[in-house]
Amino acid sequence: MSEQVANSGQPSNAALHTDPKSFLIQGLAGLRNAIFPVVAVFFAMRDTGTLALFTALAAGIAIVGIGAGGAYLRWRKFTYEINVEDIRVESGIISRIARSVPFERIQDVSLEQTLIPRLFGLVTVKFETGSGGGEDITLAYLSEDEGERLRELVREQCDGASLIAHRPDDVESEVVGAPAAKRAEPSTLLFAMDRRRLFTFGIFEFSLAVFAVLAGLAQYADWFVDFEIWDPDLWRDVASEQSGWIAGLGQMGQIIGAIGSVIGLILVGSVTGLFRVFLRDWNFRLEETPRGFRRRRGLLTRTDVVMPVHRVQAIQVKTGWLRYRFGWRALKFVSLAQDLGAANHDVAPFAKIEEIKPIVRAAGFEPASPTLDWRLTEPRYWLDTTILEGGILLLVAIVVAIVFSPWFALIPVAIAGVIALANWYGYKVHAHAVDEEQLLVRKGYFSPDLQIASRVKLHSVNISQGPIAQRRGYANLHLGLAGGTMSISGLPLARAHELRRAILASIAAKDFSEIYRAPEPRLAA
Amino acid sequence: MTIYSVMDQQDTTAEAPLNEEAVAAKPADGPLAEDLADDQLTPLDPAYKTVIRIGTAIFCVPFLVAGLVVEATSILPAAVIIAPLTLIAILLIFRLPTRRYLARGYAMGLDRLRIVRGIWFRADTVVPFGRVQHIDVNQGPLERFFDIATLTLHTAGSMGASVRLPGLKHEVALDMREEIRSHIKRETI
Repeated sequence: MSEQVANSGQPSNAALHTDPKSFLIQGLAGLRNAIFPVVAVFFAMRDTGTLALFTALAAGIAIVGIGAGGAYLRWRKFTYEINVEDIRVESGIISRIARSVPFERIQDVSLEQTLIPRLFGLVTVKFETGSGGGEDITLAYLSEDEGERLRELVREQCDGASLIAHRPDDVESEVVGAPAAKRAEPSTLLFAMDRRRLFTFGIFEFSLAVFAVLAGLAQYADWFVDFEIWDPDLWRDVASEQSGWIAGLGQMGQIIGAIGSVIGLILVGSVTGLFRVFLRDWNFRLEETPRGFRRRRGLLTRTDVVMPVHRVQAIQVKTGWLRYRFGWRALKFVSLAQDLGAANHDVAPFAKIEEIKPIVRAAGFEPASPTLDWRLTEPRYWLDTTILEGGILLLVAIVVAIVFSPWFALIPVAIAGVIALANWYGYKVHAHAVDEEQLLVRKGYFSPDLQIASRVKLHSVNISQGPIAQRRGYANLHLGLAGGTMSISGLPLARAHELRRAILASIAAKDFSEIYRAPEPRLAA
Repeated sequence: MTIYSVMDQQDTTAEAPLNEEAVAAKPADGPLAEDLADDQLTPLDPAYKTVIRIGTAIFCVPFLVAGLVVEATSILPAAVIIAPLTLIAILLIFRLPTRRYLARGYAMGLDRLRIVRGIWFRADTVVPFGRVQHIDVNQGPLERFFDIATLTLHTAGSMGASVRLPGLKHEVALDMREEIRSHIKRETI
């Protein structure tokens, strides 16, 4: 059955196997899988002496053997084929799967190298179709040359496909790249991060995730070691010993101890952040090529992603409350081939605003200019939110005051105060503006995040009002944005209608098929 | 097409000016779909009320039966359970569908469709035909019996990617689908 499927395609290319070394790598992965069961078997049978060792070894060999056998069979049965119009992949040992993806459906081709394949000079090639859930093609692993050749080939095919007329009902029938200037590969560097920048970035990526990992490990340790880590008595003993010791140091000692642990926490958090940043963003390079933006990054896992310019739906300039005070921001693209959150479209994760502006312009957007008419949202919306949230907390406070003591009631009151303060800042920060072609939305409480969308690339406009909003005359505006969300809360009703009118006029002026056609390459000019 | 109570003028020329004076100064030869007041919208087919009623009634039956069973065991004083349940059921079956029906409406423009719904939570959505990816006309068994249908427009946006308009006469829904589809074709060829 499946043979017929394979033969019915264009016989332009023979069915190819992935690199034979990939079977080796999967075998290595099997070895990793075997470690845990082997240790488990050994511990379970440790009373039986040498028998335990043999059983454990036998189990390990069996697991590795079965894994390797499976990997070999899978490798044997996995073939791919590049045809004139599509890529076909056939796989499966018992039940066969034949998948065909037409070139015009391919959104992005990305190459990925994790540590072990990298040692063997192999890459994973992924063809993303933007279909949302796992309907992509992944070829693991190909030699680096083959991966590069395949990427070139697919791009050429896609360019060829662009000559075929568009079908109107074709959601993703966009083509990658531009016909001109294909071979020359001119590219300009838009953004790169050196070690110094990575270091600063790492400090700001402060994270205490390492403690969660340690807690998890402790739970594992619990299994193997005869040490009742969750036994309260043990910890009470330790604590009393320690507190006795600390008490012995006197008040000064306690203060020094507290400061010391805070410094320790900060140190651990910063080192974690540094590790993560160096692993993920090592040698970060963003280039502009005729086909779009090309981003390469990673220390152990090196990724190489190309994002076509015309597929950028909106841009986001994000920041944090602390890094904003130092002028650091992150730039992200909202792309058509992005199911919410899954694909990562960081284009400048840690940059000054002056570095971000050229990238924004290269993506066809205009950075927020000082002449824009920024409008704040409706104050009543913030007042109502504060009253609602504060009211609930005050009720909690009353209950606490009656049941426990008035002093404890101060806690919810304090939280209510913080919320009121946050909403006051929120009112000042939340704003929006429109220019000829864009809608700009600023959000945030203690630091502003900016989102800029192209007006013609919006898909629908919705005005919604809850029961309170109806009585108080404000509304939320939701905009249909492919690959992301865009909304403005608490607009004066008249302003919401005004914005909708303007945006609809822009949308209606251009059909869907016009806005996703690949533009002329900027660099070829 | 007589079914469309409102036709707006083709507004494909320029960006609409943002200041209100300029908008007001526009030639008033027929308002745009999104500018209509709520009472100027096209109402749904009255059979929609009946369909909701029957659906709600089916939903209420198990609760009423459970209430009757509790009454039969006479653990609690008589009618403590069944009386409020019946009252709620009557409200849900007779009052609510009318209100929901009155809160809903749509306006078919030349190049866009506006759909309004909701009593407490009002939602007012406009989908330009130029952004419609595909269109569904669905009929459940009840809807088929009353000859009404649900029109669904799918767009590529992730917020409100598909917009439903229930309670249309089946024939009207099919006409609207053809109209929207022909419009998409005309724009792209």
